[in-house]
Amino acid sequence: MTNPLKKYGDARKERIDDLAKLAKPRQTAAVGSSVSAGGTGGPGSVGVDDAGTVHEAPGVSLIASAWRRLRRNPVFLTGAFITVSFILLAIFARVIAPHDPAIGYLIDKVRPQSNPVPGPEEGFPLGADNVGRDLLSRLIVGSQQTLIVGVFATVFGLIGGLILGTLAGAFSGWIDSTVMRVVDVMLSIPSLLLALSISALAPSPSQWTLIIAIAVVQVPIFARLLRGTMLQQRSSDHVLAARALGIKRSAIIFRHMLPNALGPVIVQATLVLAVSIIDAAGLSFLGLGNPDDRAPEWGQMLGQSQQFIYDDPQLAFYPAACIIVVALGFTLMGESLREALDPKSRR
Amino acid sequence: MLRYIVRRMFQMVGVMLALSLLLFLWLRSLPGGTVSAMLGERATPESRARLTKALGLDEPLYVQYVRFMGRAFKGEFGTSTAVLPGADAFDIFLKRFPATLELSFFAILLAVLLAIPLGYVAARRRGSAVDNAGIVTSLVGVAVPVFFLAFLLKYLFAIKWGILPASGRQDSLNCTRVTNFFILDGLLTREYDCTWSALKHLILPSLALSSIPFAVIFRITRASVLDVLNEDYVRTAEAKGLANKTIRGRHVLRNALLPVVTTVGLQVGALLAGAVLTERVFNYGGIGDTLAVSFFSRDYSVLQVLILAAAGVFVIVNLLVDISYAVIDPRVRTR
Repeated sequence: MTNPLKKYGDARKERIDDLAKLAKPRQTAAVGSSVSAGGTGGPGSVGVDDAGTVHEAPGVSLIASAWRRLRRNPVFLTGAFITVSFILLAIFARVIAPHDPAIGYLIDKVRPQSNPVPGPEEGFPLGADNVGRDLLSRLIVGSQQTLIVGVFATVFGLIGGLILGTLAGAFSGWIDSTVMRVVDVMLSIPSLLLALSISALAPSPSQWTLIIAIAVVQVPIFARLLRGTMLQQRSSDHVLAARALGIKRSAIIFRHMLPNALGPVIVQATLVLAVSIIDAAGLSFLGLGNPDDRAPEWGQMLGQSQQFIYDDPQLAFYPAACIIVVALGFTLMGESLREALDPKSRR
Repeated sequence: MLRYIVRRMFQMVGVMLALSLLLFLWLRSLPGGTVSAMLGERATPESRARLTKALGLDEPLYVQYVRFMGRAFKGEFGTSTAVLPGADAFDIFLKRFPATLELSFFAILLAVLLAIPLGYVAARRRGSAVDNAGIVTSLVGVAVPVFFLAFLLKYLFAIKWGILPASGRQDSLNCTRVTNFFILDGLLTREYDCTWSALKHLILPSLALSSIPFAVIFRITRASVLDVLNEDYVRTAEAKGLANKTIRGRHVLRNALLPVVTTVGLQVGALLAGAVLTERVFNYGGIGDTLAVSFFSRDYSVLQVLILAAAGVFVIVNLLVDISYAVIDPRVRTR
């Protein structure tokens, strides 16, 4: 082994690479069908060129067959239902919420000593928080910021991963090895430590430092995953064909390789969304969350509620329940997507 | 085998060097920087300049880095400014690290002891009640934020029912300290009430901390055993009429354990994140707790020890995983 960094965190890398192999079925399926067509003779003499037309029944693409299995998969349907309701709730949150989440309607009832958190009453079914704001409205509107944190953290992580992964996967040689070295070192730092370090670099915590801190942790995972799938594309026949036709390198990378390599990355993104929401809660709990709570976020609500947990645990339980359900929804959806795209489970 | 280990050690040194460089650059680019952190708000331009010179911050970066590494090897990281003002940063680390080790060890032990047998049974009886219960538990285990689970456990068992202690590592029993591993100390000095007390304090935090490793290890074990059960060599072993015990032990489990070992190693590394959160909830006084405190109070001396140590532990664990990999799978050694 020439490079001292090469073997580090192999285990984690292998797991990511395993996931990257999911991109392969499309390719191996195509190879498999042409081989079997050539082997058995098929109807008429068959060249590799028209191997795809040999089958009497029209072939089923990977996505079509995955969808056929997903449609009847209760796990996927549950996950998709939760995810869709969550997104709808986030979009229409301001319309659904009975009150403004930033105004302390019940502030008169807050007594710091005897009654720090007003209980439920008419018009306020879940009661209020410690500054008299309607808890139900805050939960509903909170879905918005939670979705924003989750989506942006995932998207930023994805963009970073896409850039690094495409660079590494498209060019071999020193670009590939330099990029992967960076990725390996990033993978060898414990994730929360990395997130803490990133957010400590900002002068003061805000929602965006939180999002960036979570996103950076995801970058190496996406990058490695994408590089793996890109490498498989690079050695595939359709890329060879494109090269032989003299198509420009950038067109090959962006139109032939990248779109075909994205599948597992997108599956990973649904899982990362769940992780981002949970991580945001953890960082908020440690005090690195957004200090501005006029537009609430579930992780922030959960983090801030800890000082009231003994007398008024509902302040923690409701946002926690929301986070758990939504994280579960994304995880269920992501896992069943991954399973459906995995050729092994097609047996 | 020895060559393999030595080669891995060299690679480990490389990673640590890269990480120390990163840490150094990170410390230099923090807002405010070391000088402001040490002087606080009373800094005058003169005192700032004096301290900058005294700390050698006016010299070129590479000189500073070499000096930084020199001190790091001697364990000199300066004195703490906020965690335990005046105490030596490295001493703080040495005192508190055993707490986190103890907690992590029990959490991983719990996770492994529960997850591997359960994952195995779930795979053998696919679709049974055990299988489904395991899958649901592992899915929920990943979706619940660790610190919330910790709070829930604390709220129920410590506050509401009062069965177990709510915080700390031990009741104040006047115990003798030998190694700072409280359970071990109690056994060594035969102060069994100390061990008992430390154990009681350990149950809730390690339970909370084990939730994620449990979920991950369970799922990997299940998937891996399922994979292996489909292999031809298992069918061959069955066809040869080998005893069930031999097939399970030598053919199925040994092959299925490879990815599991990897995962356990990964989880040990990832445990630090959970430890920070769990220790914070239970005021456990380990390095996780200290890490969070030193971040907020910008106690850079303590912070750099902890980060280097955390990265070091992570890298060493990876090394151990690679070695155990080689022990289980002879093919790895020649790769």
